[in-house]
Amino acid sequence: MKKVMVGNHAVAWGARLARVEVISAYPITPQTQVVEKLSEMCADGTLPARFIKVESEHSAMAAVIGASATGVRAFTASSSHGLLYMHEMLHWAAGARLPIVMADVNRAIGPGWNIWTDQNDSLSQRDTGWVQLYCETNQEVLDTTIMAFKLAESLNVPVMLTLDGFYLSHTAEPVEVPDQELVDRFLPKREASYKLDVDEPHAFGALVKPDAYMEMRWLQQEALQKVPAALDAIERDWRRMFGRSYGALEAYRAADAELLLVTSGTVTSTARAVVDARRAAGERIGLLKVKMFRPFPTALVREALRGVPRAAVLDRNISPGHGGIFAEELRSALYDLPDGERPELFGFVLGLGGRDITPAVIEDVIEQTRAGLRPTREDLWVGVNP
Amino acid sequence: MSQLRINDLIPDNRLVTSGHLACPGCAAPLGMKLALNALGPNTIVVMPASCFTIIAGPWPQSSLQVPVFHTAFATGPAVASGVRAALDMQGQHDTNVLVWVGDGGTFDIGLQSLSGAAERNENMIYVCYDNEAYMNTGIQRSSATPWGAWTTTTPAQFPEASPKKDMLGIMVAHGIPYAATATPAYPADLVAKITKAKAMHGMRFIHLLSPCPPGWKCGDDEGLELARMAVQNRVFPMLEVEHGTRWRLTMEHAGDPVEPYLRRQGRFRHLSAEQVTHIQAQIDVRWQQLMRRMEAEALASV
Repeated sequence: MKKVMVGNHAVAWGARLARVEVISAYPITPQTQVVEKLSEMCADGTLPARFIKVESEHSAMAAVIGASATGVRAFTASSSHGLLYMHEMLHWAAGARLPIVMADVNRAIGPGWNIWTDQNDSLSQRDTGWVQLYCETNQEVLDTTIMAFKLAESLNVPVMLTLDGFYLSHTAEPVEVPDQELVDRFLPKREASYKLDVDEPHAFGALVKPDAYMEMRWLQQEALQKVPAALDAIERDWRRMFGRSYGALEAYRAADAELLLVTSGTVTSTARAVVDARRAAGERIGLLKVKMFRPFPTALVREALRGVPRAAVLDRNISPGHGGIFAEELRSALYDLPDGERPELFGFVLGLGGRDITPAVIEDVIEQTRAGLRPTREDLWVGVNP
Repeated sequence: MSQLRINDLIPDNRLVTSGHLACPGCAAPLGMKLALNALGPNTIVVMPASCFTIIAGPWPQSSLQVPVFHTAFATGPAVASGVRAALDMQGQHDTNVLVWVGDGGTFDIGLQSLSGAAERNENMIYVCYDNEAYMNTGIQRSSATPWGAWTTTTPAQFPEASPKKDMLGIMVAHGIPYAATATPAYPADLVAKITKAKAMHGMRFIHLLSPCPPGWKCGDDEGLELARMAVQNRVFPMLEVEHGTRWRLTMEHAGDPVEPYLRRQGRFRHLSAEQVTHIQAQIDVRWQQLMRRMEAEALASV
């Protein structure tokens, strides 16, 4: 069944098809329609779940933690300051190894107040232990919401998928809604490996002394390192059943490229169009879309960029005092490539607080990347009027 | 007078084991033991950061023989809401969800999430065991610390300057099915209240006065006696309120003077005679307010 829907409704449909059992959320622009749609679905019985309408995002994450620890499939969604307010509990969810899935509608952080998109909200949650998947289209949002549960429950790690505020959240696209029976076959009811159970009482999250704490973090790290292979297998299943897949990393017209644009989120679609035009003109320009930010797909990134002369990273985010966050992660991943195979990496900071990244902006990025031998600084800001 | 043994009131189902890590004289494990004896093994405990994080024992041990979910400071009622929802989705409507929180986690950092859960009338039993300061971190004042008390952040030269927050009043104002005060020093009263709460549905709030010898600066064997004094001198009256309107004192209160209670605790040792008089006057005012409130509610409900 094909439906025209905004990204926020794609999130809600994904959660519904995944048969989530407990939802807890708090409204924030531009995530609100997720909450509204899920409330409707719970009210009309199409989604037989309990929706806990809490008084804050901190409590929203706490409530889904309680639900997930009791063995059910739990879901939430937030954005921007809401996600930051959850921060403590994001750590708790991951440390407790709870397979919660959440959607973050990427929105800038204040002050000044800004409701438009950038990635600083989710990227500032980098070290909480959550898998992070950046989506490009509403179809990808819906599909990823369902796949995220499979991934989360297979390794007991929480998964966050993100979609750009307004560019996806409030933009309607045709979306193929998968058949519920097929989704049920793909994603059966959750079987929790451990849960709060009066017939088998255990204490969860008690004081852990230095002789055991590190082992807990080690096991968490081991699980996260299994994510790339697990996601790959899950995506292959999804492709077999539904005919679509995305990959942790997608190389687009990248063969023989002299210059690769590296993108995440909706700017990828704009960049595809620019790449198509440049290829049509005979230029060797391609694209690398990074969907999975955590765990960082280091091996895949190295392989994709090995021997490419130049890479231009488009960062809709900034680590103040450092640079664009994807660029910094890529530099770290590429460090071990031998000289001569390591691309010259140009890190561009652009599109903050919802500023448009038009084809003309990407053309400018390409020209700057070609112009000099080396970047003049690690963070090349595009379109700033100081 | 014949001695009443706690286990004559209610069978000990041994859901709290020996070997827990409470300080000598701490009343909190006794409160937990009585609560779990009344609730039984079909209970899940949600426990945000508090002294009981330590008392319950470090991994891989647990002094509680029911499932426990330890969680971050502000989140007891929110996590418990999620546990409740998940139990209900699995058809386990009879399982009790007990949220066990200190005064800091209730009066201060967890107040927002408690108010949210109370307003939603979440089906859980919330026990605030109140030792009147942040005892686990070493006796810092909370908004449950009484006026005039010494703590490490309200030194004797400048003791606690605010009156204790009226937590029961705040919970009653939410119109929840059941709100009560209690103390392990009156075990029969405590067991009766937990048993009554267990039979009800929705948010049930019990404010437990829990003496802390290291924090109150009293002897290890004095805590329960001090708690009985706090009841009888009306510092901490024993009452219950159903649905925000039906108020009832659950025992006689002698109205003893407060001074002996204060003088036996090092945290009040610095108080001048004038300050003790002030405290007595405040107790009298609050008692009169309570009597008027009960009278008004009784008249309104006729």
